Amino acid sequence: MEQVQLRSPHLLGLEELTREEIQLILDTADSFKEVIERPIRKVPALRGKSVVNLFFEPSTRTRISFEIAEKQLSADVINFSASTSSVAKGETLRDTVRNIEAMKVDVVVIRHAAAGAPQFLTRCLTHSVVINAGDGAHEHPTQGLLDLLTIRDRFGRVDGLRVVIVGDIAHSRVARSNIWGLRTMGASVAVCGPPTLIPPGIETMGVEVFYRVEDALREADVINVLRIQLERQHGGLFPTLREYARTFGITPERLIHTKPHAIIMHPGPINRGVELSTDVADSERSVILDQVTNGIAIRMAVLYLLNRGGDDDVE
Amino acid sequence: MTSNRGPARLTDGRGLVVIRGGRIVDPASGRDEVGDVWMEDGRMIERPSDAREETGGRRPFVIDARGKVVTPGLIDMHVHLREPGREDKETIQSGARAGSAGGFTAVACMPNTDPVIDNAEVVHFVLERARQADIKVYPIGAITKGERGEQLAEIAEMVDAGIVGISDDGKNVDDPAIMRRALEYAKMFGIPVIPHCEDMNLSAGGVMNEGVVSTVLGLKGIPNAAEEVIVARDITLTELTGSRLHIAHVSTAGSVVLIREAKRRGIAVTAEATPHHFSLTDEAVRTYDTNTKVNPPLRTARDVEAIQEGLADGTIDVIATDHAPHTIDDKAVEYDLAPFGLIGLETALGLVIARLVQTGTLSLMDAIRKMTVAPARILGLPGGTLEPGAPADVTVFDPDRQWRVTPDVFLSRSRNSPFYGWTLRGAVEYTIVDGRVSGWAMPGGEKT
Repeated sequence: MEQVQLRSPHLLGLEELTREEIQLILDTADSFKEVIERPIRKVPALRGKSVVNLFFEPSTRTRISFEIAEKQLSADVINFSASTSSVAKGETLRDTVRNIEAMKVDVVVIRHAAAGAPQFLTRCLTHSVVINAGDGAHEHPTQGLLDLLTIRDRFGRVDGLRVVIVGDIAHSRVARSNIWGLRTMGASVAVCGPPTLIPPGIETMGVEVFYRVEDALREADVINVLRIQLERQHGGLFPTLREYARTFGITPERLIHTKPHAIIMHPGPINRGVELSTDVADSERSVILDQVTNGIAIRMAVLYLLNRGGDDDVE
Repeated sequence: MTSNRGPARLTDGRGLVVIRGGRIVDPASGRDEVGDVWMEDGRMIERPSDAREETGGRRPFVIDARGKVVTPGLIDMHVHLREPGREDKETIQSGARAGSAGGFTAVACMPNTDPVIDNAEVVHFVLERARQADIKVYPIGAITKGERGEQLAEIAEMVDAGIVGISDDGKNVDDPAIMRRALEYAKMFGIPVIPHCEDMNLSAGGVMNEGVVSTVLGLKGIPNAAEEVIVARDITLTELTGSRLHIAHVSTAGSVVLIREAKRRGIAVTAEATPHHFSLTDEAVRTYDTNTKVNPPLRTARDVEAIQEGLADGTIDVIATDHAPHTIDDKAVEYDLAPFGLIGLETALGLVIARLVQTGTLSLMDAIRKMTVAPARILGLPGGTLEPGAPADVTVFDPDRQWRVTPDVFLSRSRNSPFYGWTLRGAVEYTIVDGRVSGWAMPGGEKT
């Protein structure tokens, strides 16, 4: 494992990662899982390092998950959210992050509504590591990685599995990171939703497209259900949430003809009764809370690998 | 940042000037031959019988153009000079200087300034500023007041004041009835209506071409159809009104088909394409470089090919830059937030030669036609030819000299070019306006 390293100093997306790099992150996350289970959940890997969580978009679980991961690695953590910041005073993103970097920050974790904001940061900053915690509809790499880890936990592999992503593919960074990661790791991927929520040319990312959810689910080992947002209804992309739920909602009836071992994933937060019925969300098939736990291990692994100075080890 | 290029004003426009031994390319007369070009007191002339270079008599100012190309002064019928209103991005003077450095002797400036060029007073202001500029500046007036698309601007007064066309460029005229009336009204002046074709409902919120790349990048796309439905509409309205339409910055394969068909049917439509739309695809957006954010957006390879075919078969009459300066601060933001536009005056000729002429898509004659006599005829401008009697507007460039695009070559007040690192071909050496000779040096160039 030590021969492989991450090639980029930043984590911007899964599109750029090789199979070996993803493998390395997942394996490293596995070893951090043991740390999470300890009574004293703390390792010194990032001691003396400062990490700033720059959240320009509301987020609960991703921000908390990063913060826990950072603290368990003994980093000094600074939280920043747009509403309390100088952004409200009209400062540009460039100035904001350059000022923060001037305070000797080592890692910048960014969540931003604009796709490409993390790439933009790498051009503004001179030495900080940038970790993308979700940029617009572009990527959410740590979510993609924690989904891969959850799948690997359950099946022992990712290679050869059939993964179906259901919902608003067009506006989903989770879908994109999942597609890249899953394809790189050898899974076959299908996406399913109304054509208004399937972005043009998605097939070129190596996925099959289904408009009928029953057809999509038939061969699935993994069903990843995306959150559907009310604002898409207002944008005219489908008539009503009610009709969406009837046409694409994952219900026990829709799962009757799927493989018995097929698992249900969801990046959260769930709209119960819309994209996912409560019975399914809380069923034996659901690994949704495992995803949340794995999120911490994945973020610890990413933070650790991007800050590895040399000889310090997980232990 | 200051540029490392000239200019040197070499003559004041009075007296004799001769350009010796260059390859003369004059599409208006069909000349393509090595020879001398003469001008006197701001006009093109035949060789005067009393000219002497060594033995007394009248001594001309001599430009040695051996190995160089001599063409009518280039005309860019689509630029944004930002004055009045955003002089931090560009002024009429700085834009004209950038034009001169790019080989242009005349530009037509779009009215989306602040205030909008929608009345005679603003036209007078622009023309007053243009008097001190290095090259000729012809204002285009707005179609509607404030470019708001609601009420026709005072077009007759603006024509009297000196506009050469009308456009709400940067904005679509959404109401087809207003567009119909604009086309009808413009007929009495013989000026073209120049639409910016974009269905604002289809493009709403889009920041780049809609397609595979926008899907991968997670950026909101602008479909080709946003342009094409309005191109089709405006062609139909031109047929209805018997007016004259010049379609700005054509970017899609479908628009090329629509325009080709309209011309075949004898409708009075002309069209222009920009160097960036025949040189770049939406792949350039992959780095989220905001200098690639432009409207209409950079399209796919298929569209670029269609634009080049349209240029080659005459469907697209004109090459125009849509020069749209923005400050570094304006562009150093998230892709979604950056303004649309890129600078084009100083890279246009180099892109035309490198991407169209060298590749065999266009002959040098046809390329120069689309940058001289074609826009001159559409806008009814003097010039565009080297024939005796024409204004002494001439461009001399070295067609073989290569140069690399770096921020310090630009004379524009702005630096928002997507072409950094590109090697272009063709370096402007002299730009002559009404017989006034400006010499330009392109540093770091190399002969191949």
